[in-house]
Amino acid sequence: MALLETRGLTAFYGDFQALYGINTHLQAGETVAIIGANGAGKSTFLKAITGLIKGPAESVWFDGEPIGASAAAEIMKRGIALVPEGRRLFPSLTVEENLLIGRYGRGAPGPWSLERIYALFPAVRSRRHSASTTLSGGEQQMTAIGRALISNPRVLLCDEISLGLAPIMVRNLYDALPQIKAEGTSVVLVEQDIVQAIKVSDRIYCFQEGRLSLSGRPAELSREQIHHAYFGN
Amino acid sequence: MTGWVDALIQGILLGGLYALFAAGLSLIFGIMRLVNLAHGDLIVLGAFMILTIAAWLGLDPFAATLVALPVMFAAGFALQYLLLNRTLGRDLLPPLLVTFGLSIMIENGLLELFSADSQRLDAGAIETASIKLGGGIGIGVVPLLTLASAIAVIFALNLVFYRTSLGRAFRATADDLEIAQLMGIDHSRIFSVAMGLGFIVITIAALYLGMRANFDPTIGPGRLLYAFEAVIIGGLGSFWGTLAGGIIVGVAQTVGAQINPEWQILAGHVAFLAVLIFKPRGLFPRAFD
Repeated sequence: MALLETRGLTAFYGDFQALYGINTHLQAGETVAIIGANGAGKSTFLKAITGLIKGPAESVWFDGEPIGASAAAEIMKRGIALVPEGRRLFPSLTVEENLLIGRYGRGAPGPWSLERIYALFPAVRSRRHSASTTLSGGEQQMTAIGRALISNPRVLLCDEISLGLAPIMVRNLYDALPQIKAEGTSVVLVEQDIVQAIKVSDRIYCFQEGRLSLSGRPAELSREQIHHAYFGN
Repeated sequence: MTGWVDALIQGILLGGLYALFAAGLSLIFGIMRLVNLAHGDLIVLGAFMILTIAAWLGLDPFAATLVALPVMFAAGFALQYLLLNRTLGRDLLPPLLVTFGLSIMIENGLLELFSADSQRLDAGAIETASIKLGGGIGIGVVPLLTLASAIAVIFALNLVFYRTSLGRAFRATADDLEIAQLMGIDHSRIFSVAMGLGFIVITIAALYLGMRANFDPTIGPGRLLYAFEAVIIGGLGSFWGTLAGGIIVGVAQTVGAQINPEWQILAGHVAFLAVLIFKPRGLFPRAFD
């Protein structure tokens, strides 16, 4: 049984339909990448899973239970954490407070503690008492990942973690992924950076204009197939 | 000269009362951007509740306030959970209209129950007790207690806000409601707890309102005005700023009265306008928008 599954997931912004019948699944311990151009519906997909957009209960399943109609706070407590696009740290909280607030709703025991996150991202430790607004983009992204990890989620959703960062910083962030995977956390990466995404993922899904255009294991997909699914004709 | 020093001291003490009026307003606005137009009437409601409890149970106003505090917390929680949460959203108008309606309902409800007669919380000998400072200047014990309570309330609110996990949740929710939900924060509950805390502050303000002067069901909007002025002068979202704002309004009033007794109320409003002109974001702004 899949840990996380979407069945015919649709999503709307008012009258505008952003997702059309998306079927995906994520096994425990697996890393899956969602790729696609701007406006393909990738972030909407994550919003629907995390409860920021609600739909029919049966459109999203987690651990064998329907969660499509649940509130965001409720879904987080079950063990799904999101690293949102643009980091979105809380500006009135210090760096350490931003990390601590991550376990407000779910203090599940597990490998990720404040100390462990500082060990994963030493740059964050040295800025722990600073205002989160004074961090560099990369440090902010590390803090946002730490904020999601500290609740010891079963599924970690990452929305465009490489966006707007220098290549060296992107490499640093992706270097941390194996350690996160090694703890048994399942990961969903939403990325525009196809090369990075394919390198670390077990499987990929490609979205195009709100529809699933391709899925499979990176090794089994040709460049042309991915190109076609990403850009269309 | 003594007159001016006395005016300054009495103004600072009066500022403590205004800061108490304002602290609850500042708390609620800071967390959920809700402008509670019923705030003044809720303080008056609190004073009537203390009066009633004191009469029923034969308690002095301080003991009656201790009884009223949990009741008021529950009332604030329920008001937010059942009514005000439904009014919050992108549009700022619904909460204004609903709290305005609430203000009218409270005022008329109190008139119906208690008539328009002036009331007072009878605290006994402490009401007239004072400490002589020499040079013909004395400090009333009740005004001194008011200021001390205002400082204690603001100290406690800062402690909750900046030293507890609940306070972190308050600030996170105020910063970014959507992301706060992803932290497992149930914002309806957090807002309700905040309103409950606001009602605790309201009840403490009500105790001193009732002990320091006569009150009747219609004086709420006037208290709301002083509270607003203190919050705006201090800067939105800063509790110590709110204390400073209350003291500035208080000192302006007593100094104005020293110049000419007719100028007391006017001088407070003039000080408020002056701050708005020269520092439109207040003296110690903290809020980001």
